[in-house]
Amino acid sequence: MARVWVFGENVDTDQIVPGRYAPYMTSEAELGKYPFIEHRPEFAKQVKPGDIIVAGKNFGCGSSREYAPKALKVVGVGAIIAPSFARIFFRNALSLGLPLFQADLTSALQDGEIVELRLDDYQIVTPHGAYSLPKPPDFVREIWAEGNLVQYYRRHGRFPGQERA
Amino acid sequence: MPHTLAELIIGHAAGREVQAGDLVVVKVDRAMGVDSLTPSIIDVMQKELGVERVHDTDRVAVFVDHVAPASSVATADNQARIRKFVAEQELCHFFDVGRGVCHQVMVEEGLVKPGQIALGSDSHSNSYGAIGALGTGMGSSDIALAWASGHTWLRVPETIVIEVSGQFQGRASAKDLALAVEKLLGADGAAYRSVEYHGVDSFSLASRQCLACMSTELGAKAGIIPPSGEVAARFPVPGWLRVEPGARYERVERVDLSGLPPKVAMPHEPDNVTDVALLDRTPVDVVFLGTCTNGRVEDIHIAASILGGKKVAAGVRMIVVPASSEVLTDTMKDGSLLALMEAGATVGTPGCGPCIGRHMGVLAAGEVCLSTGNRNFRGRMGSPEAFIYVASPATAAATALTGIITDPNTI
Repeated sequence: MARVWVFGENVDTDQIVPGRYAPYMTSEAELGKYPFIEHRPEFAKQVKPGDIIVAGKNFGCGSSREYAPKALKVVGVGAIIAPSFARIFFRNALSLGLPLFQADLTSALQDGEIVELRLDDYQIVTPHGAYSLPKPPDFVREIWAEGNLVQYYRRHGRFPGQERA
Repeated sequence: MPHTLAELIIGHAAGREVQAGDLVVVKVDRAMGVDSLTPSIIDVMQKELGVERVHDTDRVAVFVDHVAPASSVATADNQARIRKFVAEQELCHFFDVGRGVCHQVMVEEGLVKPGQIALGSDSHSNSYGAIGALGTGMGSSDIALAWASGHTWLRVPETIVIEVSGQFQGRASAKDLALAVEKLLGADGAAYRSVEYHGVDSFSLASRQCLACMSTELGAKAGIIPPSGEVAARFPVPGWLRVEPGARYERVERVDLSGLPPKVAMPHEPDNVTDVALLDRTPVDVVFLGTCTNGRVEDIHIAASILGGKKVAAGVRMIVVPASSEVLTDTMKDGSLLALMEAGATVGTPGCGPCIGRHMGVLAAGEVCLSTGNRNFRGRMGSPEAFIYVASPATAAATALTGIITDPNTI
């Protein structure tokens, strides 16, 4: 079961991991301590593997820092659901194999409620009903199947969708 | 069928005709890493991907600009690691502490050219659109793959055109246009899109760099300005790189420069834009002139024309960080930097300066900063309780003079 963490619109990468807390400034081993360190300090302490983030539009806007989605992956976030994602964040999350779904569930789901995230049939099941998530394109699921983009490339010697290396 | 500039550039790199929506793998002309992410790029390439050496040393560039010079043992250790990697790989395009912000130096050094594709481990890599290249920011995994393979994968973006007419009046400049577009489209208004700016043929290279750089704050994949004027005179422009009448644009917006007033982005989002003249009385603690957006010779000249022979208001710290060592020495030679120093400004090492809140002017809780940078997210420059306003160099200089955020046309 997954706890829902609801966030607003335009959650930027400085809110997710401020630049001062980058692995470059601290250490890679500490990254799991820093997601939302200033924006929502209880998050890193309470988040459990499999929890989901439900947010408003333009989630992850700002920096190219891959450690923003990585910090969320490190603490085990199971999926992020938002009506739209900033492009570099989307790319980085895809590279890391962190599932993102484009859907607006901010009014359907409550912060703190417990739901079931079903990645086999793309559903969020709650006591007040089930919500469908859009099925990701094949190339996205191919990356998830390998874990992340780098592992995909390492195994196949090419990018997803590319004919040959 | 006619193509957008993004379709032309990506199509050229892919070796075939492409259109918006296509997923393609392209050769990367240059992939740039900055100190913030380069240690993780190295880790991904060597440890996770299992590739020891970069594919082509000539197509890699590495910069130490985000924390330059190092501010702590952790950053110093990471920079030492970067230098060791550069030496081992025999990388020929390495720019250490003091050379300046990657996006400025890439252009100064001719490491990106019109019609090319350049990636950077920094979101403002959109800046290369200033010279008609497709520049785009990516994270450690994508840059590591580009270093290892020489390629990347891209979805060909749809294009939004900003059709500019008229001439700036008074002290309005490219930054005010960029902020007006920010207000018009919003912080995600060009997400996944390419933005083309038409009608800016009279813009200098520096003004184009400011405009292209700010495309990032629209969420854009690229911001491209068709080469003309100063850019066409200074850089080789391939014949195929031109605006094709009839190209399919998703949206066209018109902006008239005549009558465009100086603009300011208020805390804590870059699209929270208003006219400087309409802002409530806002005293500042810090004025920061610099960054990849507005730390160039032209910007320092504008500030010096306002502050020369005068004094920065009591209680205001004015920090000037030239975008590159070339900007630093040029403005030292022509006296404009000295004019700012005599007015009471202090000067930092060329690089990103305090823009990312890591060093050289971190803000305290409650402090207000007027920055010529690009984004004003909460906590960006230090305390999450600080307030960042983003505006032009002219507005920054006028504000330094009065201590209150000031429309430069009123002084």
